[in-house]
Amino acid sequence: MIVNIHSFKKKALAALVLGASLLTAAATHAADYPTAKVMTTGLAVADKTVTVGILHSITGTMAISETGAVEAEKLAIDQINASGGILGRKIEVIQEDGASDWPTFAEKAKKLLEKDKVATVFGCWTSASRKAVLPVFEHDNGLLYYPTFYEGLEQSKNVFYTGQEATQQILASLDWASKTLGAKTFYLVGSDYIWPRTSMKIARKHIENVLKGTVVGEEYYPLGSTQFSSLINKIKLKKPDLVFGAVVGGSNVAWFKQLNAAGLTFKKQPMLTISVTEDEVLGIGGENVEGLYSSMKYFQSLDNPNNKAFVAAFKAKYGADSVIGDVTQAGYLGPWLWKAAVEKAGSFDVDKVVAASPGIELKTAPEGYVKLHENHHLWSKARIAIWQKDGQAKVVHETDLIEPNPFPKGYQ
Amino acid sequence: MNAVMGKWLGGREGFLGLIILAVLIMVIMPLAFDIFRLNLIGKYLTYAFVAVGLVMCWGYGGILSLGQGMFFGLGGYCMAMFLKLEASDPISTKIQSTPGIPDFMDWNQITELPWFWVPFHSLTLTIIAVILVPGVFAYIIGAAMFKRRVSGVYFSIITQAVASILTILIVGQQGYTGGINGMTDLRTLLGWDIRSDSAKYILYYANAVLLFGCILFARAIIASKLGKLMLAMRDREDRVRFSGYDVSSFQIFIFCISAMISAIGGAMFTLQVGFMSPSFVGIVPSIEMVIFAAVGGRMSLIGAVYGTLLVNFGKSYFSESFPTLWLVFMGALFIGVVMGFPNGLAGIYVSYIKPRFFGDKRGVPTMPVTSEEAVAVETKSINSTESLGHHNASV
Repeated sequence: MIVNIHSFKKKALAALVLGASLLTAAATHAADYPTAKVMTTGLAVADKTVTVGILHSITGTMAISETGAVEAEKLAIDQINASGGILGRKIEVIQEDGASDWPTFAEKAKKLLEKDKVATVFGCWTSASRKAVLPVFEHDNGLLYYPTFYEGLEQSKNVFYTGQEATQQILASLDWASKTLGAKTFYLVGSDYIWPRTSMKIARKHIENVLKGTVVGEEYYPLGSTQFSSLINKIKLKKPDLVFGAVVGGSNVAWFKQLNAAGLTFKKQPMLTISVTEDEVLGIGGENVEGLYSSMKYFQSLDNPNNKAFVAAFKAKYGADSVIGDVTQAGYLGPWLWKAAVEKAGSFDVDKVVAASPGIELKTAPEGYVKLHENHHLWSKARIAIWQKDGQAKVVHETDLIEPNPFPKGYQ
Repeated sequence: MNAVMGKWLGGREGFLGLIILAVLIMVIMPLAFDIFRLNLIGKYLTYAFVAVGLVMCWGYGGILSLGQGMFFGLGGYCMAMFLKLEASDPISTKIQSTPGIPDFMDWNQITELPWFWVPFHSLTLTIIAVILVPGVFAYIIGAAMFKRRVSGVYFSIITQAVASILTILIVGQQGYTGGINGMTDLRTLLGWDIRSDSAKYILYYANAVLLFGCILFARAIIASKLGKLMLAMRDREDRVRFSGYDVSSFQIFIFCISAMISAIGGAMFTLQVGFMSPSFVGIVPSIEMVIFAAVGGRMSLIGAVYGTLLVNFGKSYFSESFPTLWLVFMGALFIGVVMGFPNGLAGIYVSYIKPRFFGDKRGVPTMPVTSEEAVAVETKSINSTESLGHHNASV
């Protein structure tokens, strides 16, 4: 379903930098949708407002990553409100802090669903936090829009995954590396937790079974690890055609600086990562990642009208220096997808929104066209980009829309 | 009766304190809060087990363990392993490549249940493990340390290191432990849905009863000759040793007891919250738990419970009301309490509230005090700071 434009006011439009078709209909009045009709399950929906929750870490080690998602979700909500809200109702936000602590995430999720009765929640970043809140959402029949690219192997009635699952990020990038870079030998490197391990499992199967290449090394380092010298020596020794990386968080800074210090430039040793976005590069420094490839579905530099409007609106709200990474953009999609589903269902009730969701399309997403699959993941493109000194990436390859497949056969 | 009250319940005053706490936890809180808040309080009360254990080994035994989180975690993990196995029956895990094993094992290419998971098919063995595994672990640490007369700050540092090692082990061996995600999505206990509202009430009360059981047990130890020895060891370890006592055995004993009490809390945590993760095992949560005991008063078993409740209420309240500033408020609370009231909440009670209502014999003309208590009150009015420790013992 595409959002229609019934009418719009010029002044309101000036405030909105977003593409015109995202503007809803100022003509939708709350009166057309009496509360008793649009909500039958005790959610926080009033005659003029609807309450939603935002649940991210704004303190602790994950804060630096999650802040972008919070900002994007708030931006989307502001834009929706400025264009008339949802079913004539303004969105009000209750924000909770998950404090980078998984049990706290579960506690706050419970609070949002059971005390505040929010109609939906936009939140979580790490898989661990999602796993912690998942039973809460399933038990209380809540709704969660989860923005991060993740390992797949999950599909819940109560969650919509607006980031990519593992195959959407990995398979296309390996195919590209094999074809364009002629890579035959691969070295897999990741942080030691579920997402890199699952991703590398899929990568290994694809390399060995489909590309007929060889994996010459596979290593995992604890989260937060800063000692990569032995790994660098092994890479120097094995000289793989491609290092395929999924190192996350603060470790990245040490990892890339030590690579540079060891003289392994990306020209000499090609490397492709599935964990480096604009947010990470801000911390690592553009000069340390020049020539590195990333596989994501979104880069801030994407050249299309939707993205230009989105970047301009984001910078207008959060400052010209702010950067937008893959997850930030996926966070931005959450409120819009929810709005489209609610309007299609004509109801805020979770079951009805879930039922209306498959097939929802957004033609105005900054990443381009996206469509919600019945498995609750998004159809999306994979893009390979090469990092520049200025901390922005230049897209070198773009696939067609890839069907999400959280339980890939032959890759388990 | 008096003798029993004196020994087990800490005299009339201690008995009163216990009754007040019991009424607060068992009657007032369930009436005042809805099930969501009550479940949170239930969670806080599981931390109170650790605080009670710390009062024993730190307040009385003089052993400051900065790694109590590992015992809490071990107890919690034992319970979580049982619940996870129950949740991973072959039917609900049929989409996995190996049905019938926990999902995280499947993600890590493990195709067979590891041997040390097998006993956790049985609830009886699990309950034994909840107590025994942390107990044995504490015994090994204690024996290695105390027999070599490692004490004081060195012991604290080593407990921190061990807690840190255990966290790394759990996170690193994610195929066997669930890694950083922990064990999530625990649903039923012997087919009983632990996520329903009625289950939450029952678990809350079970938790409260166990907590009081632990407090009474701890009191019995403190009131016994062993308790006196503990105080003596804390204040003058060498003199106790020269008197012919094997100090290290007592220290190991008390360390094990406090570990087992913490582990019960961990197991109850898993049941009430529905998951367990390594974020309870490491250094930060362990120190946080010391703070609970410090805020409550490290010499007071009941104070520890109040301290835990206060700190955690503060945490939830501040973080809900001021999502960006709450850590600053929590810091201010700790600094305020530690600077203003070095003996914690129990210290406030002993120095301000008690004298006003019970003290100096004026306020309580009709109260028939036991001889033991009358002596205590007298001592206190003569030398109020010196006897603080002994008094708090009965708070």
